[in-house]
Amino acid sequence: MEKTDLKSLASAYLQAHLPQSAIQKQAVEIFHTLDIPTTKHEEWKYLNLKNLTNRAYLFANGNVAEVAIEKARSFVNVYDEQNANVLVFVNGVYVPALSHIVSPESELKVGNLRQARSQYAREFEKHFGQYADAHQHIFAALNTATDAEGAFIYVPNNQVVAAPVILHYIVATDAQNLLVQTRNLFVVGTSAQVTVVEHYNSAESAAHSLTNMVTEILVGANARLDHYKIQNEANHSSHIGFTQTWQLQDSYYANTTVSLSGEIVRNNLHIGIDGENCTAYMNGLYVLDNRTVVDNHTVVDHRKPHSHSNELYKGLLAGNAHAIFNGKIFVRQDAQQTNAFQSNKNMLLSPHAKVDTKPQLEIWADDVKCSHGCTVGALDEEPLFYLRARGIAEESARALLMFAFAQDVLERIQLASVREYVERLIAQRLKMEI
Amino acid sequence: MLSIKNLQAAIGDKQILKGINLEIKPGEVHAIMGPNGSGKSTLASVLAGREDYEVLGGEVIFNGKNLLELAPEERAGEGLFLAFQYPVEISGVSNTNFLKAAVNAIRKYRGEEPLDAVHFLRLIKEKMKLVNMDQALLNRSLNEGFSGGEKKRNEIFQMAVLEPRLAILDETDSGLDIDALRIVANGVNTLRRADNAILVITHYQRLLDYIVPDYVHVLYQGRIVRSGNKELALELEEKGYDWIKAEVEAENA
Ligand SMILES: Nc1ncnc2c1ncn2[C@@H]1O[C@H](COP(=O)(O)OP(=O)(O)O)[C@@H](O)[C@H]1O
Ligand SMILES: [Mg+2]
Repeated sequence: MEKTDLKSLASAYLQAHLPQSAIQKQAVEIFHTLDIPTTKHEEWKYLNLKNLTNRAYLFANGNVAEVAIEKARSFVNVYDEQNANVLVFVNGVYVPALSHIVSPESELKVGNLRQARSQYAREFEKHFGQYADAHQHIFAALNTATDAEGAFIYVPNNQVVAAPVILHYIVATDAQNLLVQTRNLFVVGTSAQVTVVEHYNSAESAAHSLTNMVTEILVGANARLDHYKIQNEANHSSHIGFTQTWQLQDSYYANTTVSLSGEIVRNNLHIGIDGENCTAYMNGLYVLDNRTVVDNHTVVDHRKPHSHSNELYKGLLAGNAHAIFNGKIFVRQDAQQTNAFQSNKNMLLSPHAKVDTKPQLEIWADDVKCSHGCTVGALDEEPLFYLRARGIAEESARALLMFAFAQDVLERIQLASVREYVERLIAQRLKMEI
Repeated sequence: MLSIKNLQAAIGDKQILKGINLEIKPGEVHAIMGPNGSGKSTLASVLAGREDYEVLGGEVIFNGKNLLELAPEERAGEGLFLAFQYPVEISGVSNTNFLKAAVNAIRKYRGEEPLDAVHFLRLIKEKMKLVNMDQALLNRSLNEGFSGGEKKRNEIFQMAVLEPRLAILDETDSGLDIDALRIVANGVNTLRRADNAILVITHYQRLLDYIVPDYVHVLYQGRIVRSGNKELALELEEKGYDWIKAEVEAENA
C-alpha cells in the first residue's frame, strides 16, 4: 500500500523534483537522515504532530487557481496600511496581481525569492541558506530542499525604508489537503532600517493545510528590523515556522509574534547575537480558544558581549486551547555584560485550557544579568469586583481585564496599523467594543 | 432610600455583621464611625455586592428593590456607589476608557443611549474641575502608580461622573493631607442634593468638619451600638472609643 505519512510523501516529492543547487542537495541528504519528531524528542515534548503528519497532503506546486486568488483578495483588503509594499502569496505562489511595490529599488530590493535567485543573484548567493541550520530540523531541511517561493527583501546599506513591507501568506484550498512551503530571506544592510509584517491567513474549508515556513534574516551592523508575524489561520490550518535571525554589532531587532488561531502552530524563533551592543526584543501574544495548540520555541544566543535581549510572551487561553512556551537563553563565555530578560505569563480562562511553560538558561559567562519568570493564573477577583461595582457587566468586565492583560505586549507593536488590526481581532474574540 | 434590617454577614465561618439596622432618607448624610476591625468595610462591601461575604440574614431595600438579590453591576445601575477604602490598581485599563465603559454601562442599565465621545469628554472636563483631577492621571492605567491621595481623589472623581443616588465613602479621608481632604470634601458637598444621600465611613471626626453629617452611628463588633447627631462624633474625638467599648461590654455582661 502507498504510504501517506508526511515523510514518505515528501521523499516521493523530492525524488520527482530533483534539487538544483548544492545547498538544496545537501538539504535533501539531511532530510533523509531525520525523522518527523515525536513527543519523545526533547524539543517536541509537548506537541504531538501525529494527526498533522499522518495526513495525505498535496504538495502545492506553483499553480494557484483563480478561485483561490479571489478568496485571498478579501484577506489582503482588510488590512489598512496606506503606503506599503505588499506581496501576496496564495497557496505558496506569488501573486503579482494582488501585490504592489511602492519603494524605489535603490531603497529596497524586494520580490519573490524564486525570481531573486536570478534577478539579485549576487545578494541571493551570498545569503541564502547561510543562517537557518537545517541539521536539527527536518521541516527546515524539507523547506530548503524544495524550491519554495516567498519574500526576498534586501535593504542596501544606509537605506531607511519608509514604507513597511506587508507580506500576506494565504491558503485557500477546497477539496484537498495542501502542504505549502514558504521561504523568506530578509537582509538589512549596514545602518539600514525596515519594517516587515508577515500575515498568515487561510480561508475556511473542509480540507486541511500545513504551511512549512523558513525565514532567514540578517540584520547588519547598526541596522534595525521591526518584524511582525500575525497568525490568524482557520482552525483546519497548521503552521510550522522556523525563523533564524542573525544580528551584527549595534543592531536592533524586534520580533512580535501574535497567534490567534489555527489547528497546530509551531513557531521556532532563533536569534543569534553575533556582535556587541545589540538589542533584541521577542514579544509574543497568543489568544486562543477551541482546540488550537500554539507552541512557541524561542532561542536567543548571546555570542558577543554587551547586548540586551528582552522577551515577553503572554497568553490568554480559553476552551480547550493548549499553549507551549519554551524560551532558551544562551550566554556564551565571551558574552560578558549581557543583559537578558525573559517573562512568560499565561491566563487560563477555562478549566480545559492548558499551558506548558519552560525557561531554559545556559550561562557560561560570569558577568551577566539574567532574569526570567513564568506565571499561570486566572483572572483576579479584586479588579473584577471593582469594575462591576462601577456598573460594568461581568462579561464586559472580564473582557476588559483580558484585554488589559494583553496590553503590555500590544504596546510594543510600533506600527499603528498592525496594532489596530490586532486589537480589533482580539476585541472581536473577547466580544467587546473598542 | 436605603433600609437595612437586622443584616448579618460572615466571611468564611466568621460572623462579622451581627444585626445591623439603618435607615437613610434622600438628602441625608450619615456617618458610621468605629474602631478598626468593627465591620465598617464589611458593611460597605456587603452593600456593594462583594461575593466573598455570605449574608446570613436580614434584608436591605434600596429604592424599593431587594438589594441583596442584585449583582454588583445592577446595584451600581440602581445608583449605589462605593468609594473603596483600597482602590485596586488595574494595569492596562486606562482611566478614561474605564470611566466611559462605566458611564455607558449604567446608562444602558437605565435604558438610556450611550454618550458619544464628545459628550463624554465634556462631562469628564466638567467633573475634573470639581476635584482638581489631573489630566495626566486620566490617561494612565486605572490607579496604577497613583499615590494614596490620588487614588482617593479618583474615587470621588468617579462618584462625580456617575452621580449616584447613594454614595458610600469608605475611609476616603485616611491618608489625605488637609488640602486634599478639603478638595475631596468640597467635591462631595457640591454633589449633595435633596434626592441623593451619602454614607461616610471614617474613624476620625476631622472629615466630618467638612462633610457635616445629619446622623452619626457607632459600629462596634458588628453592631450599631450608638446613634446620635454630629455631637456624638465630637464626643468620640474627645474621649476615644474606649468608653463605648466599656459601656457595650458592661451592657453585655
Ligand atoms: N477577607 C477576610 N477574611 C477574614 N477576615 C476578614 C476579612 N476581611 C475582614 N475580615 C475581618 O472582619 C472584621 C471586620 O473587618 P472590616 O470590615 O474591614 O473592619 P473595619 O472596616 O471596621 O476596620 C475584622 O476582624 C477583620 O479581620
Ligand atoms: Mg475598613
